[in-house]
Amino acid sequence: MPRKLLLSVALTTAVALLPAVADAQTPKTGGELRFAVSAEPPDYDCHAATSFAFIHPVRPHYNTLLKFDPENYPKVVGDLAESWEQSADGLTYTFKLKKNVKFHDGTPFTSEDVKATYERIRNPQGGARSIRKAAYADIDSIETPDEYTVVFKLKERNASMLTNFASPWDCIYSAAKLKEDPRFPERNVLGTGPFKFVEHAAGSHWIGERFEDYHVEGRPYLDSYRAIFITNTAARVNALQAGEVLAEFRGHSPADRDKLVSALGDKIEVHESPWICSLVVTFNTEKKPFDDARVRRALSLAVDRWQGAEALSKIALVRHVGGVLRPGYELATPPEELEKLPGFSRDIKASRAEAKKLLKEAGVSDLKFKLMNRNVPMPYTPVGVFLIDQWRQIGVSVEHDQPETKAYIANLRGGNYEAGLDFNCDAVDDPNLQLAKYISSDRSPINYSRAIDRKLDELYDAQKGELDVEKRKQILREFEKHALTEAYTIPTIWWHRIVVTWKQLKGWHMSPSHYLNQDLQDVWLDQ
Amino acid sequence: MAIAEETPQITYKVPKKRHPLLQFAFTQPLGAAGLVFIIALFIAGIFAEYVAPYDPLALDYGAMLAPPSLDHPMGTDAFGRDVFSRIIYGARTALAVGFLSSLLGSGIGAVIGVVSAYFGGRIDMLIQRFMDILLSFPIIVLALAVVAVLGKWPVGGLDLNLIVAIAIPMVPKVARVVRSAALAIREMPYVDAARAAGYGHARIIFRHIAPNVVAPFLIMFTAFIAQAILLEASLSFLGLGVTEPTAAWGLMLSGSSEEFYQQAPWMIIFPGLAISFAVFAFNLFGDSLRDWLDPKIKL
Amino acid sequence: MLRYTINRLLLMIPTLLGVAVLVFLLLRMMPGDIVELRFLMEGGQVSPEVLAQERARLGLDQPLWQQFIDWMTGLAVGDFGVSMWTGRPVWEEISSRLELSMQVAIMATILATLIAIPLGTLAALFKDTWIDRIIQVFAIAGLAVPSFWLGMLMILGLLLTFNWIPPLTFTPIYEDPWTNLSQLIWPAMAVGYRYSAVATRMTRSTILEVLQEDYIRTARAKGVFERLVVARHAMRNAMLPVVTVIGLEFAFLIGGLVVTEQVFNLNGIGKLFVETVTRADYTMVQALVMLVATFFIVINFLVDLLYAALDPRIRYR
Repeated sequence: MPRKLLLSVALTTAVALLPAVADAQTPKTGGELRFAVSAEPPDYDCHAATSFAFIHPVRPHYNTLLKFDPENYPKVVGDLAESWEQSADGLTYTFKLKKNVKFHDGTPFTSEDVKATYERIRNPQGGARSIRKAAYADIDSIETPDEYTVVFKLKERNASMLTNFASPWDCIYSAAKLKEDPRFPERNVLGTGPFKFVEHAAGSHWIGERFEDYHVEGRPYLDSYRAIFITNTAARVNALQAGEVLAEFRGHSPADRDKLVSALGDKIEVHESPWICSLVVTFNTEKKPFDDARVRRALSLAVDRWQGAEALSKIALVRHVGGVLRPGYELATPPEELEKLPGFSRDIKASRAEAKKLLKEAGVSDLKFKLMNRNVPMPYTPVGVFLIDQWRQIGVSVEHDQPETKAYIANLRGGNYEAGLDFNCDAVDDPNLQLAKYISSDRSPINYSRAIDRKLDELYDAQKGELDVEKRKQILREFEKHALTEAYTIPTIWWHRIVVTWKQLKGWHMSPSHYLNQDLQDVWLDQ
Repeated sequence: MAIAEETPQITYKVPKKRHPLLQFAFTQPLGAAGLVFIIALFIAGIFAEYVAPYDPLALDYGAMLAPPSLDHPMGTDAFGRDVFSRIIYGARTALAVGFLSSLLGSGIGAVIGVVSAYFGGRIDMLIQRFMDILLSFPIIVLALAVVAVLGKWPVGGLDLNLIVAIAIPMVPKVARVVRSAALAIREMPYVDAARAAGYGHARIIFRHIAPNVVAPFLIMFTAFIAQAILLEASLSFLGLGVTEPTAAWGLMLSGSSEEFYQQAPWMIIFPGLAISFAVFAFNLFGDSLRDWLDPKIKL
Repeated sequence: MLRYTINRLLLMIPTLLGVAVLVFLLLRMMPGDIVELRFLMEGGQVSPEVLAQERARLGLDQPLWQQFIDWMTGLAVGDFGVSMWTGRPVWEEISSRLELSMQVAIMATILATLIAIPLGTLAALFKDTWIDRIIQVFAIAGLAVPSFWLGMLMILGLLLTFNWIPPLTFTPIYEDPWTNLSQLIWPAMAVGYRYSAVATRMTRSTILEVLQEDYIRTARAKGVFERLVVARHAMRNAMLPVVTVIGLEFAFLIGGLVVTEQVFNLNGIGKLFVETVTRADYTMVQALVMLVATFFIVINFLVDLLYAALDPRIRYR
């Protein structure tokens, strides 16, 4: 029965993946969209937020300077910017702003608001917090020649700058309010976005209603939206099944998808996409025998990623075999080249034989260690269980240690672990972001392997400054090969995002990141 | 006045001398049934390797979420692991956690109770205040806090800190009951006599007081095993107890099973039944043991 | 009696202080902190400088004794502080969830009482018959079935048979009783079963005890029909211990709700507790533990007073 079920799911999925048909309809106005969110934002300040639990309820209240085209990721389009240009030397960005934009309190939006917002992000004052200062570290000055023009001058060329301006986190705030109180956005919601803030009932729900003076003609379509916080996975899926909510936008496990499809059939639509989230094993190179590259590589070789991806994709939200960059991303290594890298061969027998040989050479044939994993069922636990099973097959016995999340983070940061299942999710494909897991620990706050490898750092800097795509690819290949051979940190299986929505929910678009496409501007209900 | 020549015949119903176990079985049929189930659990737990048809950790991607069948009497879980085998091995986890934590909790509690009662005065006061403090935390709250503080300390798939966390809330309860039982005994003439004879504290405690608190202690002990199994299930369900891939009943109800339970209800029905039956058996047995040993004790 | 009351009241202070010290220290011994969790939970590159700034903002850079004194002086004037996670006042966070948990607890109590008293009485009156056995098995099973599992089965059953689940968000009973009850009746039943089991057993044993009293035996000797009268006699005398058990269980219910609220996605105290513990939101956890402990201690105190009022011997002990 499960097999038959999976088959039918596969068929439904295939049908559901055909886009565009629904969009041919004329959008209808009205209605309340109810959706589930699996966690809750602590406070309301975009600049200090890190979680999708923030984006999903809060993003509809705000606009950003640029945004990613919902239908055409990773194309960048204007949000509050009408147009923009980049000087020939790449050091000046000039934005022309839209003129009919108002904040929810009725005050007009001008270039001053943009300046105040970015000043707050790059150099917060008065007790305000900003956690993405680094992204704008290259900015020298922000000028406002007139009410609707903003000029950013850079100290150094930065290839990621446009992507930065499209970041979903950089909500534009009102300069007047920030002047009164730099911490105003922590407890108040005042933006220019399609929806006004109505209420946040702690632990329960979040409501936004249509902003009648929204600057995009005829938008938003919805009268209101209600984000319902449901932390328990089963409760969330049950709510979706019962139609209490029409969607949950972070992502479901394949099991949830199958369950919903079998219960609701063609009442729902399944959206799937590779996800810019990687699961990696990080070895603590300060602990023996993980200071030995042979041991680390052996453990990487033992993992049958291809078969694992296939099997795990049925039960966990992972599916794609890839190296340091998301499989499918234009700069990522294609599969046939990937297979030549250690740990990615399709001949698992040969790999395991080599792994055993390496362990023997290193004198640790009967290796025993603890794998520290995050205590979150999806996808960490299944992947952890899978890895332990893989290592068992080369005679390595591994104990599974799943401390709760904050202890897990503290252990990773404090080097209080042997091997850890670590992860990284980014809002956008960008080698500068994804490679940060692999460069030397003293340069990257998120590489917990405590390894120093200057060759990786050099290659990282080289690719960052390389504007020619083909040349950049070459450097990235070299980086990847070195990183996987040294194996301080090894990619396991990349995530796969599955979102299930009820059919009447229209105008929402899937993307490889759960941080994107959540302003709900173009979403409507067919009812 | 004539003296009655015949002494009236008084007939006593002399109970036949049966083996205590048999006697227990006859007077407490429900308890005996519980005991039988407990023994069966023990056998299953100890000889899990021989009883379980599959390796509880073996993943089988070809048989994921298979419904109950001849091959898998209770179906398989999301990893294709045999649910029946995991329940058998889960008995081992449940009994180990239940026994060790009850032993630890009631052991420490008994020592504290006896010491507190025996010495009395300021020591008693201090100990009792501290027990009051522990008692005013709800059990699961205390266990949650202890688990969070101690972190995990897995040894052979069993988290030793979890055992400590489950044991701690038991301490004040045992201490209270044992203390009051010991207090009553402390006033008995023979304890006074022992003291007058110049025996040391340890001897008096172990020879005279300890044996007399055995009955309430044993009764609490059985009750605690049941509570510990339940608490372990709750903590594992919250993700704070036993860690995957160890086979444990509470864990089998959480994580992926929670997500799949509509598609594969056997994944939650059988482990839930296992917990319920085990706790039920211990409670039945404990109740009967209480009636049998000392009907006056109320717990 | 007054002296006894004052004595018992004064005894509450060191106990509460002890609870405060214990929870304060326990929390600080937990590995990991709220700042790391908040900024690193979903990966992302946050500099150590930001983490340090945030710690200072929350007062976590202060020495422990300073933090403790700040907390205590706040408590003394009724100020619980603000949640470290949300920045909202602790009291606001708690009170918005208290109504739901209290309602579930009260409903469970009513259910339990309605079930327990007749069943316990029946079992006692028909001691050692099959009625007694069935009731006992029902009661022991109530102690054995995990309430969260019962909850899962309920949801599964509702979903499979009616394709319906209880409402997701809380509506106060005075606004819409129907929606309110259709959400809360299920968790109340799930925790109420265990609760009723405890109370049934207590009712049975106290009534059995009362039935041993002489006047009851006399009444009983009059005939089977008198049993009803007996029941009434017995009930009145058996009420006290039963009420005690119901009261104490009520205090424990907050603990029982911790897991059940997860299953039903109830925005109550239990769920809040689990969330704040996993976040190491010190101010919130401290306040919640103090709240529950105070509640428990006060109920115990009331029970003791009740006994003391009825039994003068206790007062002079």
